[in-house]
Amino acid sequence: METHELIKALAADSRRTGVPMNTVWWGAVLIAIAIATTVFFALLGPRPDIASAAQTVRFLFKFLVTIALGASAFALLRMLSRPEADARGVLPCLAIAPALILAGVAIELIVSPAETWPARLVGTNSLVCLTFIPLIGIGPLALLLLALRHGAASHPTLAGAIAGLLAGGIAATLYASHCPDDSPLFVATWYTIAVAGLALLGTLGGRYVARW
Amino acid sequence: MNGADDGDLARLFRTALGGDEKAYGDFLHEAAALVRAWARRRIVFAGLDPEDIVQETLLAIHVKRHTWSNDRPVKPWLYAIARHKLVDAMRRHGRHARIELSEVENELATEETETARDWEIGRALETLTPGQRSVVTAISVEGRTIAETARSLDMKETAVRVALHRGLAAIARRFGRD
Repeated sequence: METHELIKALAADSRRTGVPMNTVWWGAVLIAIAIATTVFFALLGPRPDIASAAQTVRFLFKFLVTIALGASAFALLRMLSRPEADARGVLPCLAIAPALILAGVAIELIVSPAETWPARLVGTNSLVCLTFIPLIGIGPLALLLLALRHGAASHPTLAGAIAGLLAGGIAATLYASHCPDDSPLFVATWYTIAVAGLALLGTLGGRYVARW
Repeated sequence: MNGADDGDLARLFRTALGGDEKAYGDFLHEAAALVRAWARRRIVFAGLDPEDIVQETLLAIHVKRHTWSNDRPVKPWLYAIARHKLVDAMRRHGRHARIELSEVENELATEETETARDWEIGRALETLTPGQRSVVTAISVEGRTIAETARSLDMKETAVRVALHRGLAAIARRFGRD
């Protein structure tokens, strides 16, 4: 088939265009949040003392970190789903959440006595954290990878990893309202491991699902 | 219109995406010319045909045209797709070249006597269902309209459109893969 013949066929198929990426991303992220919320309430639910916990800085700080992670990953993922995205220019915004948590850790180390550090780091709930953040995030990750497949990412592996971070951000935000361990030392350790697990899954998934 | 700047091309693409078949054809011709010139500068070894890259890029443009945001320049988007497809083709070719080095040599020896072009797209076309293949061939090679194709194949126009759409998507998916 000659190129001008191919163009005739493509032009004849001009009516059916794919759903615009903006719509796809907002739809995917809203449904992902809905899935994660459903799983969270079915399996865990918020901690009983959430009203009084919400008065404490440490509890609220967890949400600052997880929402910052989710929001920056979302912005990055939308950009990376376009073929012409320049990954180097946008990666710095990924540093926001790690910078926040590192600042939180530094402040925690200053304001709390050294002998309480191990207990704060180990917490009481690390296994629950490592189990449920991936469990809440896996459905959203699958959905986000499908949305990524609809796009045209020039770096599917990287984009898959970012999808994992977004799924992790959503799952960690919900999980944070359940977990009684509020120290930034705990968050920096266990949340990071759990979210990294989802990012790794996203990396592997993106490689296969988002090829085009 | 070879020297059309990005604004003109973007305007044409916007009109095309609004459902204007003629504008879409014009846009694809311009895109093909740009990618052809681009690919010829980059393909320096025998065995990889720039026209295969042009065709694969056009198919990718078609199935991924919703990833262009219409307030952005169109050429960076277009060349990014072409680069993605070229890298892909080189990777594939490299893999095959290692296995079939002697065959490539034979091919090079017989190249002067080649008559009809055997492009990658032909192989992808072979993998379609007979119905899809006859629709795609009627519209592309035979140059028929949707309505003429519907009459000659005794199908409804919507069925022709669906077969064309699915057939092209399948070609885009299978291009260059075996």
